[in-house]
Amino acid sequence: MKALMFGWEFPPHILGGLGTASYGLTRGMAMQNDMEITFVIPKPHGDEDQSFLKIIGASNVPVVWKENDWNYVNNRIGRMMHPDEYFWLRNGIKYDFRRIHTNDLGCIDFSGRYPNNLIEEISNYEAVASVLAHKMDFDIIHSHDWLTYPAGVFAKKISGKPLVIHVHATDFDRSRGQVNPTVYGIEKRGMDAADHIMTVSNLTRAIVIEKYHQDPRKVTTVHNAVEPVSDIESFTKTPRKDKVVTFLGRITMQKGPEYFVEAAYRVLQKTKDVRFVMAGSGDMMNAMIDLVAKRNIADRFHFTGFLKGRQVHEMLAESDVYIMPSVSEPFGISPLEAMQVGTPSIISKQSGCAEILTHAIKTDYWDIDAMADAIYAIVKNPAMHKSLQDLGLDEVNNIKWEDAGRKVRAIYESVM
Amino acid sequence: MKNICFYFQLHQPLRLKRYRFFEIGQDHYYYDDFQAEERIRYFVEKAYLPANQTIAEMIRSSNGKFRCAYSISGITLEQLEQYAPEVIDSFKELAKTGSVEFLAEPYAHSLSSVFDANEFEMQVKMHSDKIEALFGKRPTTLFNAELIYSDEIGELVSKMGYKTMMIDEAKQILGWKSPNYVYSHSYAPKLKLLVRNHKLSDDIAFRFSSMYLTSESFIGWIASLPEGEKVVNIGLGYEAFGITQSSQSGIFDFLKSLPYHAMEQQIGFMMPSEIRKNNESAGQLSVPYPMSWVGKDKNLTPWTGNDLQQEALNKLYAVGERVRLCSDKPLLRDWLMLQTTDNFRYMSHKDAYGTHFENAYDAFMNYMNVLADFLVRVDDQYPTSIENEELNELLKTITQQEKEIETLEDEVKKLKSRKQKTVIE
Repeated sequence: MKALMFGWEFPPHILGGLGTASYGLTRGMAMQNDMEITFVIPKPHGDEDQSFLKIIGASNVPVVWKENDWNYVNNRIGRMMHPDEYFWLRNGIKYDFRRIHTNDLGCIDFSGRYPNNLIEEISNYEAVASVLAHKMDFDIIHSHDWLTYPAGVFAKKISGKPLVIHVHATDFDRSRGQVNPTVYGIEKRGMDAADHIMTVSNLTRAIVIEKYHQDPRKVTTVHNAVEPVSDIESFTKTPRKDKVVTFLGRITMQKGPEYFVEAAYRVLQKTKDVRFVMAGSGDMMNAMIDLVAKRNIADRFHFTGFLKGRQVHEMLAESDVYIMPSVSEPFGISPLEAMQVGTPSIISKQSGCAEILTHAIKTDYWDIDAMADAIYAIVKNPAMHKSLQDLGLDEVNNIKWEDAGRKVRAIYESVM
Repeated sequence: MKNICFYFQLHQPLRLKRYRFFEIGQDHYYYDDFQAEERIRYFVEKAYLPANQTIAEMIRSSNGKFRCAYSISGITLEQLEQYAPEVIDSFKELAKTGSVEFLAEPYAHSLSSVFDANEFEMQVKMHSDKIEALFGKRPTTLFNAELIYSDEIGELVSKMGYKTMMIDEAKQILGWKSPNYVYSHSYAPKLKLLVRNHKLSDDIAFRFSSMYLTSESFIGWIASLPEGEKVVNIGLGYEAFGITQSSQSGIFDFLKSLPYHAMEQQIGFMMPSEIRKNNESAGQLSVPYPMSWVGKDKNLTPWTGNDLQQEALNKLYAVGERVRLCSDKPLLRDWLMLQTTDNFRYMSHKDAYGTHFENAYDAFMNYMNVLADFLVRVDDQYPTSIENEELNELLKTITQQEKEIETLEDEVKKLKSRKQKTVIE
């Protein structure tokens, strides 16, 4: 079976959880022998792992016919794509996209990030999808997250192949309910056009059904999993006098950082040998620094700024408790990563991963008392820490992408 | 002639309220009274009262031939006294008939038999005192909490003067043996063991309505048991009558018709102490490891199976000796309540029966916060920096000094009066 997937991020160059999930899922699906995946991303860097799937960079796909020399093309994009493929795809240009600004190769320069002209990039992505849909051979289209829905829908219209969309988040999660009408429109059109909708949790499934008015029969939950960490032994915990409690993620409204600060304040009223770390950056960072100062706990509360790659796991491994007080988290993979390196997690009940975790503490995001209580219990009770650590490790090691991949495959088959 | 020995267990834990860590050292009241009252009233109205009425009627209509036994935990008795004294009265009425025996059990429905022998002895005595005070007769049969039993516990119980003990039917101890005989302790032969017939007991307690059980067939099964099997022990939670099996299921009618069918088949009813008197032991049972009446494996894992439970139990029982030195009444009461088995059952990952917590961790956190406050209070009474032995010595010296002062005062008084006399003379 050949699947054409539209994504936005792919490791190693990732900005959020979407890239990690895309990688894990495709890897898990590639374990099925007859699965061929072509994964489209806006801007490839050439260092993506292509051992189990084929990556096509949208920024290398011509959408406007330009006459070019083979050697010139090789020079320009040979690092990422074979020039023959470029010329082959060029034959797939069936529409006039000259209104779009293209470069010397007739390709669009995608940023591959989340720029200010995001909506424009999304619609440019559609143009690329049209070329691919005309030229390529595939059985199913799979779009990851709202940025790629229009591309998926367009590819479906051209090819007549079924479309499944994968909802990694909705605008209701990102905005605490204050949805952007443009974004909502894109999401809704994508969902309406899809043959089936996959959501990363039942929480998201409920939002899709209620807020986007989708038929429940058309929406299935496929929980995310977590990739095993290969060099797990290299992450160690330095013995410290003080316990470390960590928040890690974008410091934005969605992640509920202020609840973490308030819980920290409560814990520090009772005990002094705990330190709190807020790792990450985001638009609420300065407000959080202010709040910490106002609560008078700045001597015990630390900000690290943005962490990436290995640093993330190092930070998690050095912590005694990981906390994710998200107000609305479609899935939330980081608690699973924390558990992989043996760090107990406290998660909000409003997180999708709470649906599949037993050996993690779950509280309401607003229940600062419960959160503080859980932090206190874990840092003060070795038995609690050990139980969560041991049983949590067992649990997380059994959450496999391969299983998620099998579920996705079954959904593919049901719509074909 | 075969005999059926019915015994019923009544136990309701005093549930802990939500207790956050910042309350440690601030708030010393640990219980959710509202929940306690609501729950006990529910059990009383749905099960205990109607069941007591039914039993009373059965005793009356059978001219006292129907006989049974009750094991009511001390904690439950306290709650009944507080929230439903009419149930205590109705038990007193039952006690007057002479057809009802009350069994002894550790007051707090605790695991003390496994973790703290002194505490166990103290609690059983405390419970027997309470039963004697309420119902006028001191128990001779022991029903340990959750039917926990081992050779070691049996030996202790025998030394304490109890003659009969109830245990459960478990493959690992009975093997091919039938539960329908009287057995005895493996090396303290004075202690007789009554083995609960697991299948027949659960037929009533859990399968009554699903298997459309009738008293006729139930008695029929007992009548068709082999000739030598003379004793059938049926033990179950009293909430089976009216709650586990709702009154609409006909469970009360089932009960009422039991004596009639039994007499028809020449089957009698006996209380545990009568069974002991009328039956010789068929053999000894060796139980090297503690067993209980819960689960398939019938061991202690529902309370002690994971790290959380172990931690909580160890921290709790570590202060046992010290608490027993204290005389602070509220502290001693809390000590009992914190020992109730349910607290630890709620911490089980797999088998948290009856829990009001979200999960094992939630239960553990809450309990440990309460325990932390409790330990602070114990420490306030006698600082942990002093060793137990040292403390004992100090306490002894104090009491000796007190006595000495008393005797000296007496002497002073005597001398004074003598002096007065001599002055008068």
